[in-house]
Amino acid sequence: MKINQKIFLQFGICIILFGLIGILINNLIINLIRTGLGFNFSWLLKPASFALAEHPLPYTSSDSYTWALIIGWLNSLKVIFSSLILATFLGTLIGFARTGKNALLGLISAGYITIIRQTPLLLQLMFWYFVGFLGLKDNMFIQIKNIFNISNQGVEFSGLNFSSEFLALLMGLSIFTSAYIAEVIRGGILSVPRGQWEAFRSLGLSESKGLIRIIIPQALPAIIPGLTSQYLNLAKNSTLAIAVGYSDIYAINDTIINQTGRAIECFIILLVSFLLLNLLITNIMELINRLILKSRQYS
Amino acid sequence: MEPIVVAKNLTKSYTKGLRALDNVSLTVDQGKVLVVMGPSGSGKSTLIRTFNGLETFDKGELNILGITVDSTHDERKIQKIRRRVGMVFQQFNLFPHLSILENITLAPVQVQKRRQIEAEEHGMYLLSQMGIDSHARKYPNQLSGGEQQRVAIARALALKPELLLFDEPTSALDPERINEVLDAMRKLAEQGMTMVVVTHEISFAKDVSDRVLFLDSGKVIETSPPDIFFSNARHERSRKFLNQLDKN
Repeated sequence: MKINQKIFLQFGICIILFGLIGILINNLIINLIRTGLGFNFSWLLKPASFALAEHPLPYTSSDSYTWALIIGWLNSLKVIFSSLILATFLGTLIGFARTGKNALLGLISAGYITIIRQTPLLLQLMFWYFVGFLGLKDNMFIQIKNIFNISNQGVEFSGLNFSSEFLALLMGLSIFTSAYIAEVIRGGILSVPRGQWEAFRSLGLSESKGLIRIIIPQALPAIIPGLTSQYLNLAKNSTLAIAVGYSDIYAINDTIINQTGRAIECFIILLVSFLLLNLLITNIMELINRLILKSRQYS
Repeated sequence: MEPIVVAKNLTKSYTKGLRALDNVSLTVDQGKVLVVMGPSGSGKSTLIRTFNGLETFDKGELNILGITVDSTHDERKIQKIRRRVGMVFQQFNLFPHLSILENITLAPVQVQKRRQIEAEEHGMYLLSQMGIDSHARKYPNQLSGGEQQRVAIARALALKPELLLFDEPTSALDPERINEVLDAMRKLAEQGMTMVVVTHEISFAKDVSDRVLFLDSGKVIETSPPDIFFSNARHERSRKFLNQLDKN
């Protein structure tokens, strides 16, 4: 009787699930027929015929949609990985300051974390873009012998150009994520038993040496999983680039949908590519985690 | 000769009215062993932790190896004291990510800037003194409690300290493992090490200590030689405590 009930229940759930998927596919087919576009990817080879302000590789509007998407991906990866590094660096510093002995630094970092975490990311991005960069005049600051130049066009540093859009996104994403990373770091440090602090202190080790040699190695296994999920969030949040007009993959997809009406194909491309990127991040972090655990032969 | 530890009127309050330490004064001379006894919550651990700056105090003065610290808790002075004072904890507090030998050589190399090879040689000597040199390449969790605590003693000895502090070193051990640690401590006392030991081990206190200090509610109730303390304690409170200890 009990086994029969279980089978019946599972059978029921399956029917409901397949029913829902069926309805979705049906809707999709009806809509595709209605637009008269069909489902194919041949349009990817046609010229994109829109300009991109920012392209790390050569790009003109006569290049194909595929090439435009690749440029979008490169722009996305550029901002994701530079924010990831900056956020980790900032977050680590603030996390340490938060747990450290210095009361003033602790208070400042607690305030930073509170303000950043209690306000929406979109608002912060807008702030950095409109107040931070567009607020600057042309060549507002004195050029240092043409090496470093900051203006409302962005920053120029010894031949390297960073647009205002890129910098606003970089600042916004890094600062936003750093507040969360700081909390992850703090949690990791607090997970190490008090006795370990007392032991290194009683041996005459300085706070910084004790932190590096004793506390951090033991905190890392607790930090890595939290860090991974913050990295994944950062990658996904980078799609807010569209708000400041940075040509990331999402913004370019949006333009392509407007031009071609290929919403379903575009979203499939977007979903699959983000899935792949986040799987890559997860796997790299898992590899790091495994290496750390392996080096800790005792566990 | 100047005493190793001189505490004058140490007072520490947690909240108003509740005192962890209440006017504690004591002296430990070179080569002597002071055992600190008292019920739980009497301030024994707090007292011994003030000696190497793990705990602060609000009033009074402390002189360790000629270095005077007061309630301002001067970090530089405390750092100087820590380099000359070893401590052994109830929970061993070995570094789980370092091998036994690395646990021992860390401070000599990092703090005293000794050469790695020299520190390892000395570490192996200390481990053989503790009878656990065969475990040098293992990690703390591969050892029994008693072995871990002997490693912790060797680690405390690695800085060649002039004073050793023991904070209930056998309380976390299985009963059959207690003696191996107490024997190691006996050996140290015989070699003339100055020691302050917080413990409930009556036999150890009787055999090894020069004086027993009995603490209750942060106050020193009495300080007596062990033969007097255990046979004919001066204070009613001490006798009550000893009776309770016997029953357990």
